[in-house]
Amino acid sequence: MKTALGRVRGLGSAKSGTDTFWLQRLTGVFNAVFVVITLGIVIALAGRPHAEVIAALRHPLVALPIGILIVSGVIHMRIGMKEIIEDYVHGGPKVLAVVANTFFAVLVGASTLFALLKISFGV
Amino acid sequence: MADAGAKASRPLSPHLQVYRWPVTMLMSILHRFTGGALYFGTLLLAAWLIAAASGPRAFEIVNAIYGSWFGLLVLFGYSWVLIHHLLGGLRHFVWDVGAGFSKPARDNLARLNLLGSIVLTVLLWAAVLLFR
Repeated sequence: MKTALGRVRGLGSAKSGTDTFWLQRLTGVFNAVFVVITLGIVIALAGRPHAEVIAALRHPLVALPIGILIVSGVIHMRIGMKEIIEDYVHGGPKVLAVVANTFFAVLVGASTLFALLKISFGV
Repeated sequence: MADAGAKASRPLSPHLQVYRWPVTMLMSILHRFTGGALYFGTLLLAAWLIAAASGPRAFEIVNAIYGSWFGLLVLFGYSWVLIHHLLGGLRHFVWDVGAGFSKPARDNLARLNLLGSIVLTVLLWAAVLLFR
């Protein structure tokens, strides 16, 4: 049994609390750290021959930061784009856009992670 | 109240075209715009990784496109968008801890956001072109 106050505490008028707000901040911190590392990796490897890039991406300390950025990044961008959709798109198209948004985030996340793992465990 | 016609021709509430844009408003719009651009920009990283995983032939093609003048131009823009959104996010973290809400602080943070993103982008590319 919960009291009426206990039930609503921390939930606000949206009835679902501040999970999304918090997740956007949390993934934002992860992105800030791992995007800088990934940027360094990408710059170091840009324009290099395929074999050299593969050899570098195989190293766990190179693949892991990129993998973490991908996971954190697609969660962050899905929340951000949903926010934009909810501001400008209404009715039926909104539902479509929100679904397409999730679809895009999963597609980008899954395909890049798959590519990364394929390289890590051998092409 | 002279007549109803005069009321109809009155201007509506001020909108963007008659609004003097405060720098904080411009940075707010830019933060959303750069976020949206990065959303689709992930495809650039995805294409690079998928091509690398596919083999040397696919990787050569992506490398050639990214290394062309048009590719470099897109990457230059992408890097500015990324750095601007990153600095904008740090600005939000300052606000999240309850700091930087006074008028001079918000204006300075906004100016720092824009100036910092431009300076860092130019420095980054200068370093890449000089040392790579």
